[in-house]
Amino acid sequence: MAYSDKVVDHFNNPRNMGSFKKDEEGVGTGMVGAPECGDVMKLQIKVQNDTIIDAKFKTFGCGSAIASSSLATEWLKGKTIEEAQKIKNTDIVQELNLPPVKIHCSVLAEDAIKAALADYQKKSDGVLTDAK
Amino acid sequence: MKLPIFLDNHSTTPMDPRVLETMLPYFVEKFGNAASRNHAFGWAAEEAVENARKQIAKLIKADPKEIVFTSGATESDNLAIKGVLEMYREKGDHIITSSTEHRAVLDTVKSLEGRGKATATYLSVDKFGMVNPEDVRNAITEKTVLISIMLANNEIGTINPVKEIGKIAKEKGVLFHCDATQGVGKIPVDVQDMGIDLMSFTSHKMYGPKGVGALYVRKKNPRVRIVAQMDGGGHERGMRSGTLPVPLIVGFGKACELCEQEMSKDTARLIAMRDRLEASIMKALEESYLNGHPTNRLPGNLNISFAYVEGESLLMGMKDIALSSGSACTSATLEPSYVLRALGVGTELAHSSIRFGLGRFNTNDEIDYTIKKVIEIVTKLREMSPLYEMAKEGVDLKSVQWAAH
Repeated sequence: MAYSDKVVDHFNNPRNMGSFKKDEEGVGTGMVGAPECGDVMKLQIKVQNDTIIDAKFKTFGCGSAIASSSLATEWLKGKTIEEAQKIKNTDIVQELNLPPVKIHCSVLAEDAIKAALADYQKKSDGVLTDAK
Repeated sequence: MKLPIFLDNHSTTPMDPRVLETMLPYFVEKFGNAASRNHAFGWAAEEAVENARKQIAKLIKADPKEIVFTSGATESDNLAIKGVLEMYREKGDHIITSSTEHRAVLDTVKSLEGRGKATATYLSVDKFGMVNPEDVRNAITEKTVLISIMLANNEIGTINPVKEIGKIAKEKGVLFHCDATQGVGKIPVDVQDMGIDLMSFTSHKMYGPKGVGALYVRKKNPRVRIVAQMDGGGHERGMRSGTLPVPLIVGFGKACELCEQEMSKDTARLIAMRDRLEASIMKALEESYLNGHPTNRLPGNLNISFAYVEGESLLMGMKDIALSSGSACTSATLEPSYVLRALGVGTELAHSSIRFGLGRFNTNDEIDYTIKKVIEIVTKLREMSPLYEMAKEGVDLKSVQWAAH
């Protein structure tokens, strides 16, 4: 299988790879996927005044999954919460030129964005996040 | 050292230049049809084919008359299994095979099952991928006409106790087919000693050309009969019609001769390189797990799972080394390796597996380079892996509720 140049570039030079402390103020964390499915994405955003000032990811998965999450962090930075909600998996497919068998990687990235945003909102709404 | 490096010798092997050299006269100059009985062109072709048949038979301790040429191991497996089931259907329709066979065997059996032409027992294997001969014995019924168990596995290299299975087959009067695609030319094979009645193997896995293989069909004690699956001019004693590809057969013969002559030398070299590769990787990378049998496996095989990283991304990170992975993302079915699953390897570790296949033309420099690259990429991808991060924080990954998709 041949990868697009953009996938190769994100894979070789991942943008914003790393982690924030989960309990840091303004940080929202989304973790999606499952090890037995072969991909797990952790996506984190740091928000100030409704704007995402920083984003980080860690991904277990194929090259396309890594590239999708790397690209997602790039796109998230500088966006408002509302703008970030509008990122669609199809945008990622188009940007990275993903083949049909890799579309699920982009879906996972969209899910990760949504999960990170939801986590941030839950925290900023002051709801207790202690898991039972 | 030249890049890329080929470390995928279970998929195919480069042709030995000495093989090519013996083939060349048979394209333009000696182009005859081996079945032409009445002129010099045919005689020359026939002589070349019979010489190759001898070289091939010698490698597996068979009689040249017991070699039937086919297009490759897949055809040999089909011919053996379908041919036997059809020939002996009055005796029964039961076949015994194992869950880690190559798909050329499994899909052939399933296809017969699906059409109501066979019933099958799929034996499970132990954690090293080995079939227990006693399981074979216990699965035999009055209706069993064929046992089909592979010599060595294509993913994990584990070598089955074929001789013991052959003994049981003989004792019970059941025919024994062995898919020896990965074993012939790599480890000693003796169809007499191993009690094999039919055996599939192919040229391109032992430094010969692609497009030619053979089915060994026993002629004595017992005389095995099969129904041809290809009708036509009655070539190969009626078992496989079709004009013989003389240049390919000549190359196949030479490849067998070279394997026979150089097996002990090749084996010693391969084991030394393979063991060094294994030891260096295992020492440098925690939570790397060997798949397959620790000692009883093919000389050139090494299959390792690297926890917390995914196989396809590993391959992508080692673009200049040709390898294979059991990850779902690299398979046509989008399922992780059924062979590793049959061993009881967890799905997540099956996704993380890499198969190294060393061959005759690999060098120590290439192994050094590979060791360095593997350590680099696994370390890099673990840094990128949320699972590795969680494991380091002491989270038990098995206790996490994952959102499966």
